[in-house]
Amino acid sequence: MMLFLMAAGLTLVFGVMGLINLAHGSLFMIGAFACAFVAAATGHYWLGLAASLLVSAGVGALIEVGVIRKLYARDYLDQVLATFALILVFSEGTRWVFGSFPLYLNLPELLSGAVTLPGGLQYPVFRLVIILFGAAVAIGLWLLIGRTRLGIRIRAGEADREMIAALGVDIARLYTIVFALGAALAGFAGALVGSIQSVQVGMGEPVLILAFVVVVIGGIGSIKGALIGALLVGMTDTLGKALLPGLFAALGGGSGANAMAATVASMLIYILMAVVLVIRPQGLFGAKA
Amino acid sequence: MKLSTFLKGGVMALAIGAAGMAQAEPVKVGVITTLSGGGASLGVDSRDGFMLALKQAGDAASDVEVVVEDDQQKPDVAVQIADKMIQSDKVDVLTGIVWSNLAMAVVPSAVAQGKFYLSTNAAPSQLAGAGCNPKYFAVSYQNDNLHEAAGAYASQEGIGKIFIMAPNYPAGKDSLTGFKRFYDGDVVKEVYTQLGATDYASEIAQIRDSDADAVFFFLPGGMGISFMKQYAESGVDKPLIGPAFSFSQDILPAMGEAAIGVKNTSDWSPDLDNEANKKFVEGFEAEYGRLPSLYAAQSYDTANLLLSAIAAADVSDADAFQQALAAADFDSVRGNFKFGPNQHPIQDFVIREVVDDNGVLTNKLVGTVMTDHADAYAAECKM
Repeated sequence: MMLFLMAAGLTLVFGVMGLINLAHGSLFMIGAFACAFVAAATGHYWLGLAASLLVSAGVGALIEVGVIRKLYARDYLDQVLATFALILVFSEGTRWVFGSFPLYLNLPELLSGAVTLPGGLQYPVFRLVIILFGAAVAIGLWLLIGRTRLGIRIRAGEADREMIAALGVDIARLYTIVFALGAALAGFAGALVGSIQSVQVGMGEPVLILAFVVVVIGGIGSIKGALIGALLVGMTDTLGKALLPGLFAALGGGSGANAMAATVASMLIYILMAVVLVIRPQGLFGAKA
Repeated sequence: MKLSTFLKGGVMALAIGAAGMAQAEPVKVGVITTLSGGGASLGVDSRDGFMLALKQAGDAASDVEVVVEDDQQKPDVAVQIADKMIQSDKVDVLTGIVWSNLAMAVVPSAVAQGKFYLSTNAAPSQLAGAGCNPKYFAVSYQNDNLHEAAGAYASQEGIGKIFIMAPNYPAGKDSLTGFKRFYDGDVVKEVYTQLGATDYASEIAQIRDSDADAVFFFLPGGMGISFMKQYAESGVDKPLIGPAFSFSQDILPAMGEAAIGVKNTSDWSPDLDNEANKKFVEGFEAEYGRLPSLYAAQSYDTANLLLSAIAAADVSDADAFQQALAAADFDSVRGNFKFGPNQHPIQDFVIREVVDDNGVLTNKLVGTVMTDHADAYAAECKM
């Protein structure tokens, strides 16, 4: 589900605006740092979460107006280059402000610990909360895109930018809003994930790669695809890590079986991506190119 | 700064020359360490520990010149920096690398070009056994040592069944091998995680399902932070044992309460009772406003070892300088310290416990696990 939060923002930006944003991982990191900083300063985790949304949306809007706006008409390669530069700027900028040492983000009482699920399984409360948040965002986005005026404009902008500009919609402002929304989703995911992982410089990059895999598998520009893709990738990854060592040992692995299984397990999601692309080159829910 | 250092060096040389002794030109030291990216906290501590020792040495360090550069935790960058330091900065001694893969990229070629390398942390087994070199000193440990101590500790505690886990890369495999070398109980499950993984849901599920009495894990940096937080949330309560890397001072604050009570093995602890260590810990806190980590301690020792060798021999006389280093004539913050035949330390290993000391998480000494312990590769070294 945290994958979905990340991928949803990415797919929104990529699918709707036709923009490759490598700095999405940096927005993820900024959200986590904003949350950790505000939570530490005020002592309220919820304020931190709100801050992560606001700060990353704000930074996203700034990026869109300052850098990205000049890139829509340009080649993908220029976009990759510029947003890669943004990663470096944000990583070292964050280090400059917060230092090299990881920050600490403590969960509130309410969300910490584990609950016993029906069936006797212990499950961490916070992971349940992330699932709930993820579901809420999925439904929210679906309503936003499918049911609101803003959603209609976004979809229209996706289909024909010039036409809706001619119809009097401020396309520049619309894109800023969409990008800020994508950024806010990334930042929110960063804050949630940062709460159970480490908040440190560079935390966004590994997740970014996974998010790209999710977007490619789900199909570019499809929120539903991002949701299904994230579930698929998450399940494949986790089940692979859990089941493969046993399988390899059973196949007569010997001493190297464990390390071998771990290596194969980390390849699984890419194999999954390859298989999906062979069967459906446009991704599971992608529009035909 | 540089000019004044030169001038001081010149005056010193004059004064000593007048006294009729053969005294050296300034010794140039190249510190290559990780100052950016995710692993930067280790490099920052390494650099700060090294510089603190030079600062405390005052005049004795006035003829030491230091160049510091950031390797970005990338082997190719480290090699470039090393080449530049050797060829254009003309350094005599290299030091500071945190990661084993970077050390393997830099050290063999640096010593082949006649430079000394003093390791403040990384000490891969390849350089301890057949690949040892008279110009290479591991001032820290041999990579397996802390894990061996953890294995010995688990045995001493009578832990019969254990679950062990490390990332799937060379140092991770060395870690589990080292642990098993001194553990005489039953390893119920051995798990290799993805290097850099941040989600440990499936590993924690496997720990829950196993009938192990305890868990040994080696997950340095952000991996350890992620695992500890998720483990604490999971409700699984099997005791954890780790090497000091998983609980060093640079990441403890980020782990928070989840880490309290966890046991870890180390060659150093902030509360080790000796004069050198008191001077180091107090000096570090006064200078940088935070507690030092294991990496800072080992770097501090490295700088003091270097100073002791400079006082005894001229760096241009390689044999004499090597012997001066090998004598290890300095006050180590670890107390008991000498070099073995492969120029890796013979030292004591302790067990520490993470405690909350007035709101600051730190490590407290519990006891000694191994005394005068060397490494498993010394016999293969022919020097």
